[in-house]
Amino acid sequence: MHEVGIMESVLAIAERQAMVHGTRFIRSLRMRVGVLRGVAPEALDHAFVVLRTGTPAGEARLEVDYAPARFWCAVCGKEFETTSQFGDCPVCGTVSHDIRGGMELELVSMEVD
Amino acid sequence: MCLECGCGRLTPVKIDGIPAGTQFVSIPRKDPRGEGLPVPEPAGAHPPRELQVHEAIFAANDRQAGVNRRYFRGSNLLVLNVVSSPGAGKTTLLSRTIQLLKGVARVGVIVGDLETDNDAMRLRATGSAVVQITTATLCHLDAKMVARAVSNLDAKTIDILIIENVGNLVCPAEFDLGENLRVALLSVTEGEDKPMKYPPLFRFADVVILSKIDLLPHLDYDREAALSAIRRVNSKARIFEVSSKSGEGLEAWCNFLKNLSSARG
Repeated sequence: MHEVGIMESVLAIAERQAMVHGTRFIRSLRMRVGVLRGVAPEALDHAFVVLRTGTPAGEARLEVDYAPARFWCAVCGKEFETTSQFGDCPVCGTVSHDIRGGMELELVSMEVD
Repeated sequence: MCLECGCGRLTPVKIDGIPAGTQFVSIPRKDPRGEGLPVPEPAGAHPPRELQVHEAIFAANDRQAGVNRRYFRGSNLLVLNVVSSPGAGKTTLLSRTIQLLKGVARVGVIVGDLETDNDAMRLRATGSAVVQITTATLCHLDAKMVARAVSNLDAKTIDILIIENVGNLVCPAEFDLGENLRVALLSVTEGEDKPMKYPPLFRFADVVILSKIDLLPHLDYDREAALSAIRRVNSKARIFEVSSKSGEGLEAWCNFLKNLSSARG
């Protein structure tokens, strides 16, 4: 959800960074998006293509790392990864609510001229 | 013109009918960055380089939520963010809550809808100060809108601030408003498995209220399944079962609020 709003924020952050570093040409943007954020990849890509026109990222590549959900299982005493929205431990089946990863939503880095 | 940054873009959001950004804001919103930026050099002046950014996308909203939270704490306010799907019974429950808290806690309300001030009118009938935010198109409230709306309330005259969010089980989950308690309302006519269908909203709720329980004789409702579904995504939320119509369960809910509010001093 809100892929358009998210991409607007990403481009605003990127534009600001470009300005601070004295460049007008962004080659690529790298984002990290956790699977628990409910972001649809196609919608994010589409929003990027539509919104980047006329900005310093007008010809940039978008690279997105989709981070898996990570939960802590108190019974097993360790973390597990899952691509689902629910923290069911694959080893013992206990339902965990202790989220350790999967909520990321950030602009990690960008390549500029 | 937007008085904050001087841009020509008018936001369609209105606070009590007046376009947002045109009134004085009592919560500070100054961004200390933004002065003394270097002039951009021509393209190709440098070989390509990678800039490490590591900036969270919701950073701006989270920053404003933090400012709101400090303001609320300084004013000794207990602040609730009430979310649900449209028609779950938020406004009616809040009206009943305000009535039951009369003489015990003074309540102020900020209510968000796309259009109309119908909910504000209903809530004002309780005698409380109510601010209506109309978003025109936005499907959720954010921290900036709340900061603006709070400027229309006198924080010194209230103990509890209730923010009734736009009716929506998806989008409000992402936006911290600076509240102390996130309250998710779920009516018994919506089915038992809603919490599992909309994990983000229920996962981070502090309280889940099952509403309209006066209708249970007319429904095939599996209460255990409903409670299980909540626990599947949220192990910590306090659960209340209420009917605004019959009054059942409202005393426990209001006592809960009373205790939290007096604990703030």
